[in-house]
Amino acid sequence: MHELGIANSILDGVAAEVRRRPGARPVKVGVRVGELAGLDPDALRFAFEALTLDTPLAGLALDIEFRASRNRCRDCSHEFEVRNFELLCPACGSITTSCISGDELEFAYLEIEEAEDSTLHEEIQKI
Amino acid sequence: MNRVPMEGKVLNENARVAAELRERFREHRVLVVNLVSSPGSGKTTLLEKTLEALPKASRVAVLTGDLQTENDANRLKRYGYPVKQITTGGTCHLDARMIEKHIADWNLDDLDLLIIENVGNLVCPSSYDLGEAAKIVLLSVTEGEDKPLKYPSIFFKSELMILTKTDLLPYVPFNVEEAVANARRVHSEMEVVKVASLAGDGLQEWMTWLEQRKQAFLAELPQPVAAP
Repeated sequence: MHELGIANSILDGVAAEVRRRPGARPVKVGVRVGELAGLDPDALRFAFEALTLDTPLAGLALDIEFRASRNRCRDCSHEFEVRNFELLCPACGSITTSCISGDELEFAYLEIEEAEDSTLHEEIQKI
Repeated sequence: MNRVPMEGKVLNENARVAAELRERFREHRVLVVNLVSSPGSGKTTLLEKTLEALPKASRVAVLTGDLQTENDANRLKRYGYPVKQITTGGTCHLDARMIEKHIADWNLDDLDLLIIENVGNLVCPSSYDLGEAAKIVLLSVTEGEDKPLKYPSIFFKSELMILTKTDLLPYVPFNVEEAVANARRVHSEMEVVKVASLAGDGLQEWMTWLEQRKQAFLAELPQPVAAP
């Protein structure tokens, strides 16, 4: 539902990064999305495409790195992937385990190449 | 082709504003709670009963979010506390910037408690930090006990689950134990309070939770220097 706003924030981040790198053309942006972030990847891709269409960022690829929900046991320090919300520690049976990954919504990387068209950077500046 | 690392959260701007707000709330010693639930699960009614039950002259304020109308603010203003409606005009959640804007002309030193009633939605509000100390999720007994499994993100991030409309339990097939077990599958330390706002059941327990949460919040803060 709110994927459009998230896609917009991703593009803001890309534009900010490109502004710091004159002459660069962004090709692909990587983001890490956790299982618990509450985002639908297809809706995010759709929103991303819709927002970049007919803009200087058209064609920019979005790479979504999915992060599974993982917990660590506070009693025995065992780390495990949480499947189907089974939070019990599979090693010692403790119920006190805490989340160590799976709620991410963060940038990972940006792939850039040298812009052939020097006006592109100026256009991206305006985004 | 060159790959450069990028850092930071995608909702960086929201995270930044939320962090600023959290710092301000701590500085002014205001406990902020963010109430989330599906539409119609009883957030506004619980708030009405909460404002009614608070000791006179409590230092409390309310921000209430909806897509349209001032209806909720009008309901809540009757209790004499500062209330502001945030109409998002279609946005499905509140964000930190809206909170910042709507508290701008309130003096935080006059407050001990700020209650934010989020837009009725179990999905999007979970992604937006508002600078609150605690998220509280409401689940009404007419909604089905598997909601925590269907919408895990918001239950994962909430400290307390309030089961509302418990006076309807004789009329609906809702298994309280299963609902609590589902919530604790998603969040093993979830606290639970059961209320029937209109009938008044469980309100005392909720008020006690709120008071204890306030004490816990204040205890985390640096202690004010006593006047000589």
